[in-house]
Amino acid sequence: MLATLFKFEGGVKPDSHKDESSQAPIAAAPVPARLVVPLRQSAGNAPLPLVQPGQKVLKGEPIGAADGSFSAAVHAPTSGTVLALEPRTLPHPSGLSAACVVIAPDGEERWIERAPLDWRSASPEALRDRLRDMGIVGLGGATFPSHIKLKPGAAGRIETLVINGAECEPWITCDDRLMRERAEGIVRGIDILRHIVSAGRVLVGVEDNKPQAVAALRAAIAQSHGIEVVPVPTRYPAGGEKQLIRVLTGIEIPYGRFGSEYGVQCFNVGTAYSVHRAIEIGEPLVSRIVTVSGNVARPGNFETLIGTPIDALLALVAPKADTDRYIMGGPMMGFTLARTDLPVTKAANCILAASPALFPRPGTEMPCIRCGACTRACPAELQPHELYWFARSKNFGKAQEYHIFDCIECGCCAYVCPSNIRLVDYYRFAKTSMRALEREKAAADAARQRFEFRNLRSEREAKEKAERLAAKTAAARQAIAGGEKPAAAAMPAAPEQAQALPQLDEAKKALIAAAITRAQAQKEGVQPKNIDNLAPEKQAEIREIEARRAQVRELAKTPPEEPV
Amino acid sequence: MLKVLAALIPGIAVYVWFFGAAILVQIALASAAALAGEAAMLKLRGKPVALFLSDGSALVTAWLIALTFPPIAPWWLTVTATLFAIVVAKHLYGGLGQNPFNPAMVAFAVSIVAFPALMSQWPAVGFTDFTAQMAVVFKSQSAQDAVTMATPLDALRTSLHVPEARATVAGVLGSHATFGNIGGKGWEWIALAYLAGGLWLLQQRIITWHVPVAFLAVLALIAGGFSLANPERYAGPVFHVVTGGAMLGAFFIATDPVSGATTPRGKLIFAAGAALLTWIIRSFGAYPDGMAFAVLLMNLCVPLIDMGTQPPVFGHKGGMKGGGRQ
Repeated sequence: MLATLFKFEGGVKPDSHKDESSQAPIAAAPVPARLVVPLRQSAGNAPLPLVQPGQKVLKGEPIGAADGSFSAAVHAPTSGTVLALEPRTLPHPSGLSAACVVIAPDGEERWIERAPLDWRSASPEALRDRLRDMGIVGLGGATFPSHIKLKPGAAGRIETLVINGAECEPWITCDDRLMRERAEGIVRGIDILRHIVSAGRVLVGVEDNKPQAVAALRAAIAQSHGIEVVPVPTRYPAGGEKQLIRVLTGIEIPYGRFGSEYGVQCFNVGTAYSVHRAIEIGEPLVSRIVTVSGNVARPGNFETLIGTPIDALLALVAPKADTDRYIMGGPMMGFTLARTDLPVTKAANCILAASPALFPRPGTEMPCIRCGACTRACPAELQPHELYWFARSKNFGKAQEYHIFDCIECGCCAYVCPSNIRLVDYYRFAKTSMRALEREKAAADAARQRFEFRNLRSEREAKEKAERLAAKTAAARQAIAGGEKPAAAAMPAAPEQAQALPQLDEAKKALIAAAITRAQAQKEGVQPKNIDNLAPEKQAEIREIEARRAQVRELAKTPPEEPV
Repeated sequence: MLKVLAALIPGIAVYVWFFGAAILVQIALASAAALAGEAAMLKLRGKPVALFLSDGSALVTAWLIALTFPPIAPWWLTVTATLFAIVVAKHLYGGLGQNPFNPAMVAFAVSIVAFPALMSQWPAVGFTDFTAQMAVVFKSQSAQDAVTMATPLDALRTSLHVPEARATVAGVLGSHATFGNIGGKGWEWIALAYLAGGLWLLQQRIITWHVPVAFLAVLALIAGGFSLANPERYAGPVFHVVTGGAMLGAFFIATDPVSGATTPRGKLIFAAGAALLTWIIRSFGAYPDGMAFAVLLMNLCVPLIDMGTQPPVFGHKGGMKGGGRQ
């Protein structure tokens, strides 16, 4: 063993409960009657819809195109007809809804033309674009678009690639089964990832409670050089990206930074496998392996089309009668589903049926006695009990000072708390409150700018109106006073009317030009500064409005004058 | 909390062996007062009484009060002090988890200031006659010189503070057979039993090593240094560690999480400060044992200590490879 292992602080050792679902091979979940595919299935921008209701789609056909670089495409998981493009509830703790494509499968599973890419001769840019268009996102649960993580960071080159097969959450075995059954595909995906970033070494971290997975991976990498499978001690959350990087390389990546800045990057084994499918076979990410376990009769892992209702998966495993709720994700970081008719997404690694016996509800929350058990368990080396006080008292400034955003919400603190305090809930509350406050502040700033701009505009308009009125009155007075020279400016010489027309035109043009320069000078004089920082489209809009306004003013100035 | 009580049992057993069953009566008195006071306060504050009573924190306070008070203190003193600890030092500050001061030590400090004579009335070794002890506890019979004695710490303080007496440590400690050679006959064994219970708490991960190790090490170091320099004036490290409340304090009092520091470095500072103050009060102060005042004074410093000793967070360690500062 070449690699020396490092250690991360804290962590807990809950019962693993892996055997329940890790025994049976991966089974294919049947194509359901309806698929509901959320457009936004990754961090970043929601993809732009490409289909309309009534349209026929093939399996793997793009239904949402990546919007900008921080986004990933979404594809039809099977062939069929698009029924609707409408907001549907998402499987998310917020219970919010967002745009989904509803597809009625035709049962034929007709693929679009799948074009493999010769990755050895392709440029990293081309490969990254391909991954984005194939909808490849992190399948460990965070669904971060993979192509972004493959960009070289400030460190120049990503020297070390860490492949995450730790799967530290209890109950979940989808990566375990994938490694055992499809190790070759994973290794081929790793080869592609390594090629893109030209990494010197690859470390595959697998918790040492998965010896079969380690053996399968080692057998598969027999031909590849520079890939090392490293069993890591089983301790939750060893599979946290930052924790695994720390264990394998000793590098600690702070909050808000990319691993690439430190010459290291981490991908889940499932992601590596989907990279292999996307590049070497030309299959976009339309399915994933989901562990369905817990209080069920037939737990297992299912290759599931994205958009499959969770109900359909549950029907395959027969939940037991005393099941009282369902959890998406693992027991440590997952959340209770409000409903089970929600779709499986790229983030859904596990569905657990919970019963009071298997997942006892935490006891009554008691006061914090500052015992420090949470501090010893915290893998981010925070002071959870201090953060708890700050979050509780809404002292968000202090919470931030104590690095609340470094919290990875792994749940170790709540797991060990003798007072049954749901600590992570307090941190989430504090974080979302802080984000909401920031949004509110930004909105208030924008409103203030709009208000100031409006005031300036109305002032300016009032001033202009007054000037015009004054000019008009002056002209009228002049006309009354000098009756012998009527409209002296407009009609310079009455006897020479024959030649007057071009002259008149000239005079008019000069007047108009003078008015325009005056108006411009005036406009520049009062131009408020607060529109300078607006987005280009907003500025274009403002320019348009200003142009229209100038036009109106010119019309008002040119004779014949209408009563104002 | 129940494990803390269990860890005190060896010490209590040795206590009974040397000083009779009076301590059990004191523990019962303090426990009853603590539970009654706790229940009344919880009811007044509208908290679920049974749930909070079952956490055992009131009992820990009660037992520590009983174990730090003289076993032949009058019953009303134990009861009043315990009620004061629970009602004033704990619940008036917001109850469990909110008290800035160790309630048992508040009770001790208040009692020794208010009733110095009663708080200095310790039974002599061998005075284990239960009926006689109960007479002192309940009938306020004045304790005879035959049944009480000054503790070694008290004797040292009173003798050494009088320059004309020209007393030496060896002289004072040798003056009374019951002082023994180490820390007071019987008391050393009780201290060792507390040590055993404390080590079990460590093994059970109820407490961390920081407070006991720092407390005992600093106390021994200071005492050792001064006694080397002037053995006639200053008692040695072994004496300081096994006498008075040092061992009980190191494992059971200074380790109170609520009123103590929480960061690892903070715990070391807290315990070292408590040890230093204990030694200073013992050697120069007006009270024989300084444990209670030392802990209370360090309780005062806890917010500052915690604030100043925040350990670096994952990824924010300055010199570490890869770990960048923001």
